Amino acid sequence: MGAYRCALPARNATADSSPHSTIHSPHNTQGILPMPAISAENLTKNFDDFVAVDSISFAIDEGEIFGLLGPNGAGKTTTISMLSTMLKPTAGKATVNGCDILDQEDGVRKSIGIVFQDQSLDEELTAYENMDFHGRLYRIPGEQRKEKIGELLALVGLEDRRHDLVKTYSGGMRRRLEIARGLLHEPKVLFLDEPTLGLDPQTRNHLWEYIERLNREKGITIILTTHYMDEADRLCDRVAIIDHGTIIAMDTSQALKNQIGGDVVIVESPDPDAAADVLNAPWVANIERRDGSVVLSMQDAEHHIPEIVTDLHRHDIAITSLSVHNPTLEDVFLHFTGRSIREETASGMETMRMFHQRMRR
Amino acid sequence: MDIIYTIWLRNIKRYLRSKSRIVGSLGMPLFFMLVLGFGLNSVVQIPDTGQGYFEFIIPGIVAMSVLFTSVFSGIQIIWDKQFGFLKETLVAPVSRLEIMLGQTFGGASTAFIQGLIILVLSLFIGLSLSSAAGFVIAFLFMVLIGIAFTAFGIAIASRMEDMHGFQLIMNFVIFPIFGLSGALFPISSLPAWVQPLTLLDPLTYGVEGIRYGLTGASQINPVVSFIVLTAFSGLMTVAGAWLFRKMSI
Repeated sequence: MGAYRCALPARNATADSSPHSTIHSPHNTQGILPMPAISAENLTKNFDDFVAVDSISFAIDEGEIFGLLGPNGAGKTTTISMLSTMLKPTAGKATVNGCDILDQEDGVRKSIGIVFQDQSLDEELTAYENMDFHGRLYRIPGEQRKEKIGELLALVGLEDRRHDLVKTYSGGMRRRLEIARGLLHEPKVLFLDEPTLGLDPQTRNHLWEYIERLNREKGITIILTTHYMDEADRLCDRVAIIDHGTIIAMDTSQALKNQIGGDVVIVESPDPDAAADVLNAPWVANIERRDGSVVLSMQDAEHHIPEIVTDLHRHDIAITSLSVHNPTLEDVFLHFTGRSIREETASGMETMRMFHQRMRR
Repeated sequence: MDIIYTIWLRNIKRYLRSKSRIVGSLGMPLFFMLVLGFGLNSVVQIPDTGQGYFEFIIPGIVAMSVLFTSVFSGIQIIWDKQFGFLKETLVAPVSRLEIMLGQTFGGASTAFIQGLIILVLSLFIGLSLSSAAGFVIAFLFMVLIGIAFTAFGIAIASRMEDMHGFQLIMNFVIFPIFGLSGALFPISSLPAWVQPLTLLDPLTYGVEGIRYGLTGASQINPVVSFIVLTAFSGLMTVAGAWLFRKMSI
């Protein structure tokens, strides 16, 4: 239980599922580099002529919280679906917990827990029954199953509601139950697809704490998708920014923000072109035109504000507004794509919808 | 085996919990039984056996009840697909065959219970108990109908996106299967050109088998009925399993 791991060569993998074969087993110590929890190489998925995921590669270390950040329709869920064996990739390969997603489906499935983007509970069953169903599917023996269910329901604070039908649960409770369920078989890797979508801020905060705790205390590798910048920023050790099926940047969120080159200053002006020309100073690390404004990045922005104002004033360029903030992942996304993740949301949904209609025909 | 049991158990739990569905799906069979059975009992006498009409249609109504419940149970996996629960099942390290079989036996069991309720009710209304062995034979055929048509429902559901096509299936597939089955009239009284259609209808053999068990008389040899219906159940299970395996979500 939980210690499941595929080993190379592939054919012997299933024989290696004895309860004692943990990741720290003798085969796997000095000399040999530890296998990454997940590795993907040129993973690609096409739906007819639509490329949902375009040759992405990445490796996730054990115990890491890894975020796939991108607008809706960017290919996050498709990536998760391929890694969890729910979808066959068109090209490329990947391993999860050492198991090949094509040849060792069962190994992958035993190694992972998954919380889908859409709810996947049986509302006509109680929380306990949903957990029990899951435990039986993963062949957890009776006593152990019972104990584990009690433990996990306590962990997510649903102990006293365990015998209530899920249809009486709130959105946050359902989400917590799904996470508890995903942990029941002690997976090595936990997939969370938009775990806090549609939840109120308080519940989100709670969930984030759970996720951090799980990672810290149980050492579970977590891969989560999100289109919330703050979520990726707060939770993830590393973030891959994904757009139109490709990874456009991947690093720790601090390193990504450093690429911006310091603080972000946004100057709005009726004549942004002229403003951009004037502000092209040596202390400006990066300068971009965006709609009616100029976006500058620089170190110690606070000290340059007076200079910006006087320079523009001297050239008779009006300033509509001026703002300074520390760089966020939103800025990183903008920097790499030239678009805001939020304005992309609607059109991303649109693509998905069109795509679905096409599939149906 | 334990996986099949797990899926079966969920089906039974859901069934026992939905009292309104149990009562609701008793409505139509009871209506048929009372209106046709009592209404026509004094007018119609079945040739050859000399049975009253009420006695004659009880097996047909039982078969109908099993048929409708099982098809509906099979098609229900569309709900699971739409509400996402199917994903949870499919991502587990179990084979789709096990899932499909669990679903089939679950649906067949609920359909059997539903048919049994009709059968017990008809005992109070006027069906006379012939022999215990006869009941066992009737039960056997009810189970076979249940398996065959739950698997049929799963096969259809595997190809359907949502519940929109459900009415279509009911009106153009299930009702004709019921109507042509000899549930409501003796096969021999049909015009010669309709008879082959009746014999092509798998439900005919189910109805005849139940009829043999309950009344001791049937127009088709019960052994033939048993063989045909078993073969059909097997075929449907294979078809259902195959389509379910190919289904993408």
